[in-house]
Order: sequence, then structure tokens, then C-alpha cells
Amino acid sequence: MDAIIVEHLVKRYAHTLAVDDISFALPRGGILGLLGGNGAGKTTTISMLLGLLVPTSGSITVLGHDMACDRFAALERMNFSSPYIALPGRLTVAENLRVYGHLYNVPKLEARIGALTEQFNLGKFLHRPAGQLSSGQKTRVALAKALINKPALLLLDEPTASLDPDTGDYVRTVLEDYRREANAAILLASHNMAEVERLCDTVLMMKAGKIVDRGPPEELIARYGREDLEQVFLDIARNPEIAA
Amino acid sequence: MKASLRRIWGMIYRHVAIYRGSWPRTVEIAYWPTLNMLIWGFTASYFMHVQPGAGAVAGALLAGVLLWEITLRGQLGVTFTFLEEIWSRNLGHIFVSPLRPAEMVASLLAVSLIRTLIGLFPATIIAYLLYHYNILLLGPVLFLFFVNLMFMGWWIALAIVALLFRYGAGAEALAWTIAFGITPLACVFYPVTALPVWLQPVALALPSAHIFAGMRAALFQNAADWPDLAQAVALNIVWMLAAITVFRGEFRRARVRGALISIGE
Repeated sequence: MDAIIVEHLVKRYAHTLAVDDISFALPRGGILGLLGGNGAGKTTTISMLLGLLVPTSGSITVLGHDMACDRFAALERMNFSSPYIALPGRLTVAENLRVYGHLYNVPKLEARIGALTEQFNLGKFLHRPAGQLSSGQKTRVALAKALINKPALLLLDEPTASLDPDTGDYVRTVLEDYRREANAAILLASHNMAEVERLCDTVLMMKAGKIVDRGPPEELIARYGREDLEQVFLDIARNPEIAA
Repeated sequence: MKASLRRIWGMIYRHVAIYRGSWPRTVEIAYWPTLNMLIWGFTASYFMHVQPGAGAVAGALLAGVLLWEITLRGQLGVTFTFLEEIWSRNLGHIFVSPLRPAEMVASLLAVSLIRTLIGLFPATIIAYLLYHYNILLLGPVLFLFFVNLMFMGWWIALAIVALLFRYGAGAEALAWTIAFGITPLACVFYPVTALPVWLQPVALALPSAHIFAGMRAALFQNAADWPDLAQAVALNIVWMLAAITVFRGEFRRARVRGALISIGE
């Protein structure tokens, strides 16, 4: 069964076509990368997958639930992390995790917080306000929040943005482990091509609201005759004939 | 049901935790009601000094100050709590969690109730200790005043939150000004007949005019003004239904326009 099924999804604003008839599926246990330059439609697509934004047309099915009429049943089993959306900075890390534990109705919450504290090494700053943490610490807390309900589907927007290479590598390892242990599906939007090559089974290349190419990273690299995904990304971004 | 109550508690806990960790914020809740009570309390004392027979008027003044604070604090309690989510850039996480909009509203109202009770407690004590005025002497009808004035604050607040969905944080100033702007029409300290004739229908469309008529009846005639109270209840129901309709409509439109993503910008 697929974790995400998107069919003919369109989002049109007054003067802009933000997402232009895209379709894709993400199987359980798979990691899908959403790539594209600024304004390609990645954030709009993720927002529609999360129910934050109503599509103009098309359908989204998440974990068997139609997001148009049954989004809360899906939201209970998914989670989201983005460095661009903060957790309340005045609450301590423990309080933040407690709040989201209640929102996601997590059973045995204190035990779950204890497990996440150990997994993400949060112990030293568990009782410090989240707003006083370093970028790396905030990212670890955000990931702990994203995993608090053991989601079957995880949506991540730039999960390692502004992290040092060591912390970035740590985060990627956590995501790989979580996918393997929970058979979770992960949708990842990132500008870090090395990260996408390492983590993703399949990549969707977006440009001007359309999916202009798709496939496993190594297959895309071979198809474009390039050495890595970054060169493929640049080829697509700079070729005016693609998605024109 | 249990999961729903837990989500509501999660949001209440989120705001209680803020106040627990910040005494200036807790003090701020009681600051204005206390200041208002001090100003109007001394004014009432002065009236009684120059006009010894003005005890009932002074009592009405103090009761009016305390009761109108219920609406003001109730409204600010909801809108300030919602704005807190905008300021902390946390709305994105909340709206992608399983928290239903109705549960979010329930948590906002609960936090507002807690804030109002905490905010009014010192002013009530000051009224008793400094000016020998005990609002509880209004009797059981005080509970009806409280519930109705709280409801009025809540529907004003829901309408303001709906405007925040529509206009974003740029509409923030409305949170501080709308209820204060209504004050002249609330007829807290004077009857509706004190207003110009053309303004009277506007005042009568607000529950507050009827509630404060009831308050004056309780103070001056020692009687409950049931017709006025019934009108206040009916008006509150109508306004609350209208506010809920506007809130739902603006929330839905915000999801279509993508405003939930950029509401704090």
C-alpha cells in the first residue's frame, strides 16, 4: 500500500499556477526526494500534503485517507519538520515534547519522551527554553518532535539546513534508521544534493510547478550523463526548454 | 472524545507552561484590571466625599469597572493566546497536527477563562479592602452577568481571530482596540437612554447594554431584571453563531489562499 498517492494535483492562485498537474506515489518504507529551485512548487506541494493548503483540483490520499474529507485521520499518523517553522521558544524542550505528545495522543508519553531524549541526546538541555538552543540542538529537538508519534509518514523540509556536516550526517543516519525500523515513508524536500543521493530511493525534479523528471538518483545521473545529482539539478534548472 | 480532550489539554498546557515560567507575564494579566480598579476606586471615593449620598452610584461605578473587565479580559485572553502562536511561529506545527479547529477554539476559550479569573482576582480584592466594595453581594445573578460578559468577549475575539486569518499579523492592532472601541456603546456606566437616539439601536444590539441594565437593577432596586438578561442571552447566542460562521469561513478561505503558511509574516 502506498503512503502517498497524488493524482493530477493543481494549485492555482489568482495570477500564478504554483503546481501544474502533478501525479506521484510514495510506497510504505520508501524515501522520496522533492527537488527544484526556488518557486518550483515544492513547498506548495508539501503544504497540500499536510492539509495546510486546499488544492485547486486533483486528489491526495495519505495512508489510505482522502485529504479532502478525512485529513485528521491521516494527520494523526504523520508528522512534519522544517527549520523554517519554530517550536515555541519560551517553552523548555521537555514542555514542547509534552505539548506535541498530547496533540498526537501519544500513549505513555513520559516514557516516549525519555526514549527520544536518549535517542537524540537531549538530556543536557531538556529543561532549557527551546529558543536558547543552538541550530544543531534545535534541529535535534525538531526531529524528536517529528518522531514523537512514531509516524508512518514523515514530511521533512530541508531537514539539515544550516547544520554542520557532523550534525547533518547524524540526522541522516537517524532518518535511515527510522525508515528501516518503522517501515516509515519519508518525503524529503532538500537543496542538499548529496543528502538526496544518499537517502532517497526516488527523486522528483520540479520546475515551474511541474514534475519535469523522476527516477532513482543514480538513474537520473546516468540519463543526463553527469557525475552527480547536483549537475543534473543545474542542467534542469538552466535549460529553458524544460518545463517551458 | 478522550483524544479530543487530550489535544485541548495539550494546548492549555502549552500556555500555562509559558505563564508558569514567566512571572512578568502573569503580573501583566492582572496589571490593567488592577490599575483600572485603583483609578476608578479613588474616583468613586472622591464622589462619596463630596456627595455623601452617592454611595449607590459609586457602587455602580466599581461594579461596572469590574464586570466590563470580564469582557475585555475574556476577549484579550483569546486573541492574545492566538497571537502568541503567531509570534512564536508555531502555527505551522499546530495546523499540521491532528488538532481540530474546534479543539483549538476550545483551548483558546479555556486559557481565556483562566487568564480572566487570575486577572480579576487582585482587582476584586482591592475593591473590597480599599473601597469596602464586595461584588459578591450582587448574589447569584452575578454568575449570569459573568457568563454573559465572558461570552461577549469570546465572540468578539473569534471575529478578531477570523480577521487575523484574513489579513494576517497586520491585523494585530485590532486585538487590542476593538473591545475597547465598543466600550462607549456598552453602556457600562450609564443607561442606553444617555446615548443619542441614533446610537441607541446599536447599543441595544449588544448584550452588554442589557447586562449593565440588569446590574443597575440589581444594585439600585435589589431586583433581577429578567427581561434584559433574557435579551442579553439571546443576543449573545446570535452574535456567537455569527462569529463562529465568520471564523469557519475565514479559516476555510485561509486554507485556500495559503494564508495559514504565511500568517505571521
